[in-house]
Amino acid sequence: MADATTLWISGRLAEKIRAHGAETYPQECCGALHGRDSSAILESDRGKGVPSPAREILQLFPLVNRRDDSPRNRFSVTAEDVRAAEKAAGEQGLEVVGWYHSHPDHPARPSEYDREHAWPWYSYIIVSVQNGVPQDMTSWRLNDDRTEFRPEGIEIRHRAAV
Amino acid sequence: MPVKVMIPSPLRPYAGKRDSAEFSARTVGEALGHLTTEFAELRKHLFTEDGKLRSFVNVYVNDEDIRYLAKENTPTKDGDTISIIPSIAGGLHLEASFRALRQAGVNAERKPSSLLVLASRIGI
Repeated sequence: MADATTLWISGRLAEKIRAHGAETYPQECCGALHGRDSSAILESDRGKGVPSPAREILQLFPLVNRRDDSPRNRFSVTAEDVRAAEKAAGEQGLEVVGWYHSHPDHPARPSEYDREHAWPWYSYIIVSVQNGVPQDMTSWRLNDDRTEFRPEGIEIRHRAAV
Repeated sequence: MPVKVMIPSPLRPYAGKRDSAEFSARTVGEALGHLTTEFAELRKHLFTEDGKLRSFVNVYVNDEDIRYLAKENTPTKDGDTISIIPSIAGGLHLEASFRALRQAGVNAERKPSSLLVLASRIGI
């Protein structure tokens, strides 16, 4: 993934992620990002005047944090939850393009643990929640050789691009 | 009819953009071996350096999790479908932060709140 990537999301959905982080504080929240990726857009809509390639989040799929042993500093989504998230996305003609979670009382940057449990291509949104109040929200993508997360731009858009 | 391996979206860039591949294989391990031989770039996203499936990578044969079968020795037959599904995990790594704090000479209480404040202050 050589080029910097950008994530499009509506202000309403961005607020919903922040609200989910505040709601579950001091525990971590998590959920799936349903949307469309530029490669899919390009293949299906080639030649139809579709705007520049990007990834767009079109709906959220909030999930329950399965880590009941340490929910303040870990989140876990089971394979069954992942399948449910994928099925729900597919029914809307979308796909799971990433995941979001919160970092209670910690900056919105990925931890080593995050990196060890990630795949490239997915967008990983992190919202920092300080003293119960949502703060910075960032997005990251793992690089091809798994050595580091690269920041991804978040662009707030008011309407869907496609 | 060979075994079909479904390739999840995040890994398709490392598999020639294909969403599935078919191999003749007697076990799940053999099928994954063929997959990662044909698409070598996939290997590091599925396996650790010592060749074990990554902890967050789940493999199913026809909807059955191989952890509850014979893991990678689970036998396959023609027409089986193998799915690769991640479980999603993340969060703060408190133990690592404790270690870093101790190395920095900070006497941290083993309470997440106090640890996180300290960790943020010294930038770990």
